[in-house]
Amino acid sequence: MSKNELTRRSMLKAGVAGLATPTVFAGAAWSFTNDPQGGAVTLGFNVPQTGPYADEGADELRAYELAVEHLNGGGDGGMINTFSSKTLDGTGILGQKVEFVTGDTQTKGDAARASAKSMIEKDNAIMITGGSSSSVAVAVQGLCQEAGIIFMAGLTHSNDTTGKDRKANGFRHFFNGYMSGAALAPVLANRYGTDRKAYHLTADYTWGWTQQESIANSTEALGWETINNVMTPLASTDFSAYIAPVLNSGADVLVLNHYGGNMVNSLTNAVQFGLRDKEVNGKNFEIVVPLYSRLMARGAGENVKGILGSTNWHWSLPDDGTRAFVQSFGTKYGFPPSQAAHTCYVQALLYADAVNRAGSFNPCAVVEALEGFEFDGLGNGPTLYRADDHQCFKDVLVVQGKENPTSEFDVLEVVEVTPRAQVEYPADHPMFGGAEASLGNCNPGA
Amino acid sequence: MDALLLQILNGLDKGSAYALIALGLTLIFGTLGVVNFAHGALFMIGAFCAVFIQGLLNLSYETIDETQKDFLGNPLKVKTPYLENWFGPETGGAIIDWAVPLAILFAIPVMIAVGVIMERGLIKHFYKRPHADQILVTFGLAIVLQEVIKYFYGANPIPTPAPSSLAGAFDFGVLFGFDPNAIIYPYWRMIYFVFAMSIIGAVFAFLQFTTFGMVVRAGMADRETVSMLGINIDKRFTMMFGIAAAVAGLAGVMYTPINPPNYHMGMDFLVLSFVVVVVGGMGSLPGAVLAGFLLGILESFASTTWATTTIPGINQVIIYVVAIIVLLTRPRGLMGRRGVMEE
Repeated sequence: MSKNELTRRSMLKAGVAGLATPTVFAGAAWSFTNDPQGGAVTLGFNVPQTGPYADEGADELRAYELAVEHLNGGGDGGMINTFSSKTLDGTGILGQKVEFVTGDTQTKGDAARASAKSMIEKDNAIMITGGSSSSVAVAVQGLCQEAGIIFMAGLTHSNDTTGKDRKANGFRHFFNGYMSGAALAPVLANRYGTDRKAYHLTADYTWGWTQQESIANSTEALGWETINNVMTPLASTDFSAYIAPVLNSGADVLVLNHYGGNMVNSLTNAVQFGLRDKEVNGKNFEIVVPLYSRLMARGAGENVKGILGSTNWHWSLPDDGTRAFVQSFGTKYGFPPSQAAHTCYVQALLYADAVNRAGSFNPCAVVEALEGFEFDGLGNGPTLYRADDHQCFKDVLVVQGKENPTSEFDVLEVVEVTPRAQVEYPADHPMFGGAEASLGNCNPGA
Repeated sequence: MDALLLQILNGLDKGSAYALIALGLTLIFGTLGVVNFAHGALFMIGAFCAVFIQGLLNLSYETIDETQKDFLGNPLKVKTPYLENWFGPETGGAIIDWAVPLAILFAIPVMIAVGVIMERGLIKHFYKRPHADQILVTFGLAIVLQEVIKYFYGANPIPTPAPSSLAGAFDFGVLFGFDPNAIIYPYWRMIYFVFAMSIIGAVFAFLQFTTFGMVVRAGMADRETVSMLGINIDKRFTMMFGIAAAVAGLAGVMYTPINPPNYHMGMDFLVLSFVVVVVGGMGSLPGAVLAGFLLGILESFASTTWATTTIPGINQVIIYVVAIIVLLTRPRGLMGRRGVMEE
């Protein structure tokens, strides 16, 4: 749990420090960074608008625009109507009209920090949210912590975001690698048996490392053996040299710890090499993609059919929150939202609600309002924003590529909703930085 | 032994792509003296010719199926391709299935036209400018072309599969007496290699055995003398630019089933292809082909588990290490000629 420093003494100390030391995020010394003035509050949407994840970024932006519309009383209200907290009434946030600015992360840490910094300094953004990569999320979260701004992460799945790199000003609604492993492993054991030999191909960066570790741990606990883990450069486009030796390795399962273009290409290559048609150790050879994205899965075409993975959310869920969001998003844009869009929309609503409940835009008040907050009606069932690490805990979906899709959006189908209790872990879990991991102090900035 | 054969096979298709792109780069450099950084974009445009043809063949009409619902709960709009309506599901489906091979017929004239327009519209203005200017303007052009494609097709990869009858893999291991599954290789990658060799052979034959090719070769050796003979060498070189663009485009068309195309795929190949050209020897067509296959196979070996555990990161640097070694020992590259880029 972060230490909330919103006390008279700390305010005075911050004021003195603010007067004495000019900082890049200078504001009113007695207040907090970017205290909204003039009847409007500005949110900063930092998403990939160029680069390989631009389509995912565009979907995030659509969701944010929809959230702003709903917060300001426009449209049908979407998930505001199903949200268990009832502070959002269509009058903006704390009665201030919601405006927004956008930045382009380019899916590069330095570019993402630069765009976030610009939105904070030049546009007076009170909160930064969005993103489609864990390395970007970790980088921007660090910047927001320094700046005294709340960061509501977008799509980031690395354990590190709320693990060793957790920050008091940062919050993640999206699930993580550990949760994928915990949800997926029992389904894999059930479908493919417990006597399996797995060969991992892993994207060589923070997300890949933590996901591989999570999946290997979860599957080994159920009897699987991990016989090899090969790191592949993030810039790889052709995976044939990595895939060709798999069949000769004695493995009967290939786990692709890849996302985005890497996933599309490695899965396509694996299917090309006929892996799915082979029999090894007397069993059918299987492929697993632990983290699915519908937008990306479309790129792999028919190759995803029948392949198991996990997602944070899917538009086909039957709950009221999901139906409200899909109706609202689909009516406005003509197609169903992605899981990236969902998590971003939810994060915007959660932030707005936290400010309303806190009665202040002060980041430390918002942190206090979000920590330990339990809610429902936002598409994932009852959810907890855990105070210890600012990670949301909720049900996780196990999905598989659909055999007979009815449309280009109908790529995945939910095969199991893994209950929240099954994916929970202690905040000082070794995969999340252990006992040394700490949120640090909440920073109100200014 | 089986691992050795496996990686040689793997290197062949990657080497085929490098060789085809490097061949086009060398043709342009050898004829026009232009360092064309937009060549990777031509490879990408070729790939999107296949995407376009696939989309064209899949043009559909909609019917309402009251028994199924869409994501909003409305009756489902079912799309049926016109081809399946006109020729029946089997014949129409077969035509759609062969979209990539059919795209070759479309890509040849389109890519020649793109090449000629690119040369006449922009690059000819930079013939007498320094190579640095040429690199800047062609690199800028590549980015513009990328963004145009992204505007129309988005940033995500687009699945463009091979005909279903050519999917799957062949077990070479059994052929050579190894265990089953020891050496498997996809049919389409074999086709890609054979296709690349055919294109390379055709380009060499064209230059070697036709009058047009003879004039181009003479122009590459001594442009001024050929011009003084009353031959419009510029026109022929423009045509060669078009042919080089077509070679890159065909490489792109046939690559789409190997990896689903995206707007950035040209850049992924561009830098490596330039290294291939330099290693092969600037201006040397056989050098470009030889270096393409050589580096493709080496890259494949460097990606094996044995190589990456012995020397971590070797898979990412092997091509550049080889380039350094070649340039230190043979400064003009493997088959480079004296005087090329040495003024």
